[in-house]
Amino acid sequence: MSAAPVISCKNVWKIFGADPEGYLKRMPAGHSYDAIRADGYIAGVKDVSIEVNKGEMLVVMGLSGSGKSTLVRCFSRLHDITGGTIEVAGQDIMQLSEKELIELRRNKMGMVFQSFGLLPHRTVLDNVAFPLEMRGQEKHARRARALEVIKLVGLEGREDYFPRELSGGQQQRVGIARSLAIEPDIWFLDEPFSALDPLIRREMQDEFMRLQQLLNKTIVFITHDFDEALRLADRIAIMKDGAVEQCDTPDQIVLHPATEYVRKFTEEIDKARVVHAGVLATADTKGEGEPVDAGATVKEMASLLVHDTRDVIPVARNGVVIGGLNRQDGLTILLEAG
Amino acid sequence: MADAARDYDATQIGFAGGLSRGKLALIFVAIAAILTLSRYAGFMPDALFRVPESMVPPFAIWLDAIFNFVKDDLGLLTLTRTLTGGLEWVLDATGNLLYGKRRWPNLGPIPWTSIAAAAAVLGYYLGGWRMSLLAGGTFVWTALIGQWDIAMETMSVLVVAAPLAFVIGLTLGILAWRKPWVNRTIKPILSVLQTLPFFTYLLPAVIFFKVGPTAGAVATTIYAIPPMILMTTLGLQKVSPEVVEAGEMSGCTRWQLLRHVYIPSARSEILVGVNQVIMLCLAMVVLTAFIGMPGLGAKLLAMMGSFKLGRSFEIGVTIVLLAVTLDRMSKAWAVKQPEHFEKGTPWWKRHIMLLLGLGLFVFFIIVSQFIEVASTIGRRQNFSQGKEMDELIKGFLNIEVVKATTGFLRAFLNVQVLIPFRNFMLSIPTPAFILLVVAFALWLGGRKQAIIAAIFFSLVALSGWWDRSVITLYSVISAVTLAMLIGLPLGIWAARTERWSNRILLVCDTAQTFPSFVYLIPAIMLFGITDIAVIFSILIFAMVPLTRYTIEGLRSVPEEMTEAADMSGATRMQKLWNVQLPLALPTMAVGFNQAIMFAFFMVIIAAFIGTQDLGQELQRTLAGTDLGKNFVLGICVSLMALTFDLTIIKWASDQKAALGLED
Repeated sequence: MSAAPVISCKNVWKIFGADPEGYLKRMPAGHSYDAIRADGYIAGVKDVSIEVNKGEMLVVMGLSGSGKSTLVRCFSRLHDITGGTIEVAGQDIMQLSEKELIELRRNKMGMVFQSFGLLPHRTVLDNVAFPLEMRGQEKHARRARALEVIKLVGLEGREDYFPRELSGGQQQRVGIARSLAIEPDIWFLDEPFSALDPLIRREMQDEFMRLQQLLNKTIVFITHDFDEALRLADRIAIMKDGAVEQCDTPDQIVLHPATEYVRKFTEEIDKARVVHAGVLATADTKGEGEPVDAGATVKEMASLLVHDTRDVIPVARNGVVIGGLNRQDGLTILLEAG
Repeated sequence: MADAARDYDATQIGFAGGLSRGKLALIFVAIAAILTLSRYAGFMPDALFRVPESMVPPFAIWLDAIFNFVKDDLGLLTLTRTLTGGLEWVLDATGNLLYGKRRWPNLGPIPWTSIAAAAAVLGYYLGGWRMSLLAGGTFVWTALIGQWDIAMETMSVLVVAAPLAFVIGLTLGILAWRKPWVNRTIKPILSVLQTLPFFTYLLPAVIFFKVGPTAGAVATTIYAIPPMILMTTLGLQKVSPEVVEAGEMSGCTRWQLLRHVYIPSARSEILVGVNQVIMLCLAMVVLTAFIGMPGLGAKLLAMMGSFKLGRSFEIGVTIVLLAVTLDRMSKAWAVKQPEHFEKGTPWWKRHIMLLLGLGLFVFFIIVSQFIEVASTIGRRQNFSQGKEMDELIKGFLNIEVVKATTGFLRAFLNVQVLIPFRNFMLSIPTPAFILLVVAFALWLGGRKQAIIAAIFFSLVALSGWWDRSVITLYSVISAVTLAMLIGLPLGIWAARTERWSNRILLVCDTAQTFPSFVYLIPAIMLFGITDIAVIFSILIFAMVPLTRYTIEGLRSVPEEMTEAADMSGATRMQKLWNVQLPLALPTMAVGFNQAIMFAFFMVIIAAFIGTQDLGQELQRTLAGTDLGKNFVLGICVSLMALTFDLTIIKWASDQKAALGLED
């Protein structure tokens, strides 16, 4: 994690309205979302500074209209930002020419959309091969590659179907396959599973985790579903009114919500399922006896916490004890869950 | 939406200012009444009654000067005559293929059996057995009735004009969507073009392009372009932003985005545009008979002129069949979605329809080499029953009851209603008349519409064609009023049940595809060459949109609302008057507007029967090269139609916004 971040944005603003640039310049510092709105402008993204590291999955989460989709569209420059800087793989993307931007998208970025964004007149195969076709890849090569990703997402045998002939889940698999066809380094997913019904959603999340373990991409994942965020994220950024309220690991967010808004969000969450032993461990005490794994959640340790008699339980990561877990702390979290 | 809201605010402010729109309109009406009465009493000088001749600016001469400058000095004529060469060459080629004109490539004519078979296969591919029967049957009928050659003369222009209009419309549509300033320039031109009477398209075509098929093709093409532009722009605007973003993220260049993402995604709208292009082309190509283009239209014109009703009827049937076939096929194409083939389907199976069509096409070409009838049906071999039908129709009209009915209608309507109404309209002084129209526009539309109405009608007054314009307006108003008396109750009645709604809507849909020209046939049959026939043909033409939008408006009333009315214990009548009609009214207004536009269109065609309105004068200009006069007359019609169009559409969208109905 010592390498430079893949995406790094500093004080990014995206304002919608008649003259966004001029407005941003003359706007007094610390103007609130509502004050901006009263001036006839909408702050889609409000002074956001955030970094995404290589191989990390950042989940951006918030209610609809909180600016999460706008933010991710700024990362890929589907929207031009009003202020601040965004660097992707070391390049300031606002400085790129149209040609360079197209090159970047053709080789480094993939994106999955909420309503799939499939081209209705193309078969599954042609949809998946579309980005390859756009960059002028030779027909047989792109066909072979497309078939490969189609197989990867489990749509083998449906290559000749049209999107209309597929179920929602299958259509999103096509969307995923298309975004992976060019072997991107950075993968944007904009609420990819929101349009699916709950059972399929669960299945697609599992499928997605399987893919991520296989491919290990840098991912920005957008969702409005907190459970989904907790399941998938390395880090979560919670957004409200265009601004990031808190950006941290799931454990820290449920344990130490930074603002009242985040606290309300986390209230209903079963913390025992989110918090890991590794986070609760303190380095000054080690405890004695059989250690627990740092990756175990409090829920998974429930029986141990209740029945064990030790006050401090050692916590180990990869076989090395990194600290001790105060059993009382664990029990508090376990019992808090309503 | 934002506009509507702003205008709404404006009226609110107007309220606060003291005079409401309604009151102001009433005051205008009162002034108009006083003016009219003072004329009756003999107080008003002639100079105020009509714009005196001496004050009429010579618009026609000015326009002629401009035209001549553009035509000769700027060299437009040379340019168009050059273009004519290319167009003529293409038309000669299609002419050769379809009806054996002696020109390159000297292959034709293609046997009728081949075309009928290919059409049947295409029909099957697009819409199954019924479409196949319709398409094949239409061409078989055309051949057997002995109208193959004239039908193919018409088609030879259509197959050139429609693709041309498509390409130009698509290009302009894309430009208008891409560049806001193109859109802003094109919009007003389009609305004028759509209200301009077709005679005004014809004369410039004749002057700038050669008489005959070339001028016909040009007029037809221009006439059919506007809806293609509108549908293209609409379709492109409707492409889902996610699909576009998916294209951008796939690394599309601008051109790739347009070619691979936008246009294919807007396919349905673009094909609806194609459907409209084809239908307008057919309607217009029939009308080009007026500038001497041979084909179905010319034959129909000749037959009606010599009162051969049987043959007119047969040609009418052919035109209608062609229209319905083209309409249904292009609509089926618009909704047809691609289907995948199972893996390993052999090539010939994937293209079975294409192969079958080609096979039959070639097969019949070979057959017709040996069997004469399969190639062309001769003069004495066809099944035309023109004479017999003539006698049948005339016999029917001579039955006492029928004769009495039409005679009574003719006498009663003419003497008791129409003539008095016309004379009344003519007796209103010009300023009073303009005030009345302004009051109407103010009341329904608003201040902006009122100002437009004042300007437009003043221009009409200054054009020097006031009386004829008023007579045109009289025909339109009386026909639309009569159409409402029949169409609205019919629509309301049909809307009561799902079944009848669908049936009547189907009839309206079908009737709307008929080229306007054929509406003259029943009118002439029943009423001969009289004023009533004019009114009657406009009436049936205008009734179609009235009935259709009444049904659609009533059917689209949200179910909760009718249920709420039922649960409130409303009787059927109460429900109709208090719930359904108020909610359906904005939609019905759109139908009313269309009826008026249709009426303006038809009244000009009806000039053929013999009227005293603008259409008659327009038709006369076709004989010469009186381009200036032709334009002045055309613009008069256009200005009147636009006044109604702008006012009623504004009202309908205001109402929709106020009722919270989606637009």
